[in-house]
Amino acid sequence: MSTFPVELPEFPDEVVTEALVRYIEPPGLGGRAALITLDNGYDHTKPTSMGPAGMRNLWDAFDEALASDAKFVAVTGKPFIFLAGADIKLMPLLETRQQGVDMARAGHALYRRLRDSSIPTFAFVNGTALGGGLELALHCHYRTVSAGAVALGLPEVSIGLIPGWGGSQLLPNLIGPEAAAQVVIGNPLNQNKMMRGPDLTKLGIADAQFEAADFLEESVAWATAVVNGEITVERAQIDHGESWQAVMAGVRRMVEEKVHNASPAAMRALDLLELARTASFDEGTAAENEALADCAASPEFKTSLYAFNLVRRLGRRPEGAPSAGLAKEIGKVGVVGAGLMAGQIALMFARRLEVPVVMTDLDAERAERGLAHVRAEIDKLEAKGRASKLKAAKLRSLVSASADKGVYADCDLVIEAVFEELKVKQAVFAEIEPIVSEECLLVTNTSGLSVTAMAAKLARPERLVGMHFFNPVAVMPLVEVIATASTDQETLATAYAVAKKLKKTAVGSADRPAFIVNRLLGRMLAEVTGAVDEGTPVEAADVALDELGLPMRPFALLELVGLQVAWHLCAHLNEDLGPRFPVSANLRRLAEADVPVFDPDAKGRGRLTEAGKALLEFGDKASTAEEVRHRVLAGLAEEVALMLDEGVVPGPRQIDLAMILGAGFPFWLGGLTPYLDRAGISAEVSGDSFGAMEM
Amino acid sequence: MRDTIRDVVFVDGVRTPFGKAGKLYEETRADDMIIRCIRTLLRRNPALPPERVDEVALAATTQIGDQGLTLGRSAALLAGLPRSVPGFSIDRMCAGAMTAVTAVSSAIASRQYDIAIAGGVESMSNHPMGEGVDPNPRIVAEKLVDTDALVMGNTAENLHDLFPAITKERADAYAAGTQHRYAAALDRLRADFATMAARSADEGWTVATDDQLPRPETTVEGLADLRTPFRPHGRVTAGTAAPLTDGATACLVADAETAAELGLPVAMTMVGFAFAGVDPETMGVGPIPSTEKALARAGLTIDDIGLFEINEAFAVQVLAFLDHFKIADDDPRVNPWGGAIAMGHPLASSGVRLMTQLAREFAEHPEVRYGITTMCVGLGQGGTVIWENPNFEGDKS
Repeated sequence: MSTFPVELPEFPDEVVTEALVRYIEPPGLGGRAALITLDNGYDHTKPTSMGPAGMRNLWDAFDEALASDAKFVAVTGKPFIFLAGADIKLMPLLETRQQGVDMARAGHALYRRLRDSSIPTFAFVNGTALGGGLELALHCHYRTVSAGAVALGLPEVSIGLIPGWGGSQLLPNLIGPEAAAQVVIGNPLNQNKMMRGPDLTKLGIADAQFEAADFLEESVAWATAVVNGEITVERAQIDHGESWQAVMAGVRRMVEEKVHNASPAAMRALDLLELARTASFDEGTAAENEALADCAASPEFKTSLYAFNLVRRLGRRPEGAPSAGLAKEIGKVGVVGAGLMAGQIALMFARRLEVPVVMTDLDAERAERGLAHVRAEIDKLEAKGRASKLKAAKLRSLVSASADKGVYADCDLVIEAVFEELKVKQAVFAEIEPIVSEECLLVTNTSGLSVTAMAAKLARPERLVGMHFFNPVAVMPLVEVIATASTDQETLATAYAVAKKLKKTAVGSADRPAFIVNRLLGRMLAEVTGAVDEGTPVEAADVALDELGLPMRPFALLELVGLQVAWHLCAHLNEDLGPRFPVSANLRRLAEADVPVFDPDAKGRGRLTEAGKALLEFGDKASTAEEVRHRVLAGLAEEVALMLDEGVVPGPRQIDLAMILGAGFPFWLGGLTPYLDRAGISAEVSGDSFGAMEM
Repeated sequence: MRDTIRDVVFVDGVRTPFGKAGKLYEETRADDMIIRCIRTLLRRNPALPPERVDEVALAATTQIGDQGLTLGRSAALLAGLPRSVPGFSIDRMCAGAMTAVTAVSSAIASRQYDIAIAGGVESMSNHPMGEGVDPNPRIVAEKLVDTDALVMGNTAENLHDLFPAITKERADAYAAGTQHRYAAALDRLRADFATMAARSADEGWTVATDDQLPRPETTVEGLADLRTPFRPHGRVTAGTAAPLTDGATACLVADAETAAELGLPVAMTMVGFAFAGVDPETMGVGPIPSTEKALARAGLTIDDIGLFEINEAFAVQVLAFLDHFKIADDDPRVNPWGGAIAMGHPLASSGVRLMTQLAREFAEHPEVRYGITTMCVGLGQGGTVIWENPNFEGDKS
């Protein structure tokens, strides 16, 4: 046995992956093959990952297998999991930059034995292969993938790292720079999109694909045929000439467009993919060592990891939720209103809760129209294959509509999705409270009105709770759950239980104006429109936040939510929270315009038309983009501090979670507050950091 | 009445390598084993459109857990057969797969099916004999069946009592012979193995390519001193009994014309079959009346049979059959490629293993016109299927 060439720190909490070597004698091979199984001793709910001890185990397995008389060496994983990559829990424990370099070197030293082996090497990718797991496979001479494999990819960039165990160099040389950029950068920046087995085959990452039922047997038979020369593996020729550079230039534009180069990991990954065109493998991996160490030491990685854990942990166990045991069973749902939002909510409840959902509207015609719209949506789901024929039929049978509110009599939960005005909502609840049963939950989907004010007129206010879904409700992962002083524990527990069944992440908010996400987005827009009103050109104000890499610039956000809604929100916040939310005259003019103010050709980028621009009036105090950025961030820091003082949420972590899931704020900002801390804004505004990451 | 009887042909059969219970396949699901067999069959016969399969009849003795859930249907779904293909489960203990074949063959002969998959599986690791059984108390109260009859080794000792001419020495000699015949035929047997992935949490994955149980080094002398676990100073030993085994088998059975239409090969043609009951306490003699019955119905005699595939639950039970039909212990027509004492006997799977083996032997013996597959069954039964060799080159008059 040889010694592992890189010294790594010990991690006492490492879940150690074993690399189990067995020899098999496939028919027709004329000898034996070595099969290495990666297994951490747990079932698939605890995926196999690599830490120092696991790497040494694999090193020893290579020592044995690669020195044997095996005709080929293959690596596979425990059921459903190939290898989920480096154990990211260990990364924050690296104390020095040199340790980061060593981690990268260790992976390279280990994996290159598969690449350098004179014995043919194979990866049988039976399931989840992420990051260092997929990189292991890339080092093998050949790869098969299970058609049933899910969670495949190189997600490093999404948490502020780069594929640093050879992936950035091997992948582009295997499948070309364009596809590689999609895997290394495009997918991680697209809500960390994962690939499935057939994607690997289509992209040319896998040489052969077999069904899950007898994946290993068929992979072994295929490998035998490859080794015997009965099968010749054909791969695409990769052009290392100018087209590579042209592709990379396009990718750079995409990254610029999407995140305004705010993700340092994406930028490093771009550099590495570019380097892979000309670099030798040694040069390329050396560059990976440095890039990985830099990224691992970067604040963006630390905030990303914080955000990643926030979504995984806090997202699953919302703070302030009563015991789930108190939750009531929901057997039928009522939706008040049959408009667009009501229809979306009705369909979501039907899909996730699989119980009857009944909508009502003022008259039969409106109710029927609402139902027709829902049915059309179900048809779309079926056409896209998102719902089977049977599931679609079930959804059609579950959703109904009526003009008679008597249909709510046997509902266990009635949610209103009517016009966003307190009097309208109060009238709805006054009308339905005598109809519904004593036990029925009343839910408002208000985006910011006072739930307490709605409860005030109820005979039984303890069963009213707010559940604020974000648009489009089927897609957005967040729901804000709002309890009033009188909401009882059963009602609140049921709201959280329903949120979970709806596959939403719930964040509790006190009943304060606009709750969490809309209050902060409102403040952001107020500062931007305020700057414009004062005289800052729209073009300057709109790009002021680019370096944060938010998913949308302010005017694109205005276009998405709708100017009327935005105006309504700002006016309402001004009323409730005062002059921190000034009423923008320009915003009002845009909202009230009777001509299109956004250019429809700009694909939702929030570009104003000439007519829109003509409506704007500017003061004489123009700010630079830098000044606007500072003003917005200071405003947000102030608002977060006030929200914490008011007890809107228990702490800054809930703010960050809500901003990540409700507003798409990126991981590298850690949501919001870690970035405000890092940029020194928190201290400047309130004298102290929020310190969410240290909690 | 219309004449509806059609010729039934055995197209192809496969099996997993057999594993020693508690070893190779201990952590492998039984349904996964038979699914692998079904998929291998379909892969080996690309001329068969899977939607043409009219039935999937699968046997297991203990139909619970991974051998339950109407295995014929659930395994068909999991094997990737079209959802339109039906399936059912079947049980006649050791003759499960044999009964699966005769059941679907009857339906094919009477024009109810064209093509069927039949097979069996037994994980004796995870479903040991007698798991979950609840014998009726009347069996004891009314002395209906001696409780000996529930322990197969005891029924084998009973056979030695009943037929004193069958000595332990003869049994040992027979057992050594079957081990040697198996070893000599191994390369030919492998042609029908479906390699099988098997995991051990401690050791990792392997892909089984060979039977685990055979002992080619067996000698009569070595067998002489083995323990007799079923009776002090008895005659039945681990060396003269089929070991506890895990494994699965499956085969493709078709109407002859449909096989011709699709271009499927014909390995054997069914002549007829019979099942018969005997005393449960001496279940090993079951193949004698079932064979007599089948021969009589087919208008054949034992002399017409050129190859015998008889399941070796115990050597004594094979010898009882041979003595009855006045066949020598070492007659080369009997289990020429070895039997269950060598390769193992995963209960409900073995019936199709016999057929797959006979089919291969037929191909090598064009001078042979008829062969039989036969086996004894717990609680006192025997089953026999007579097959005709399509490769027969002799005079058919």
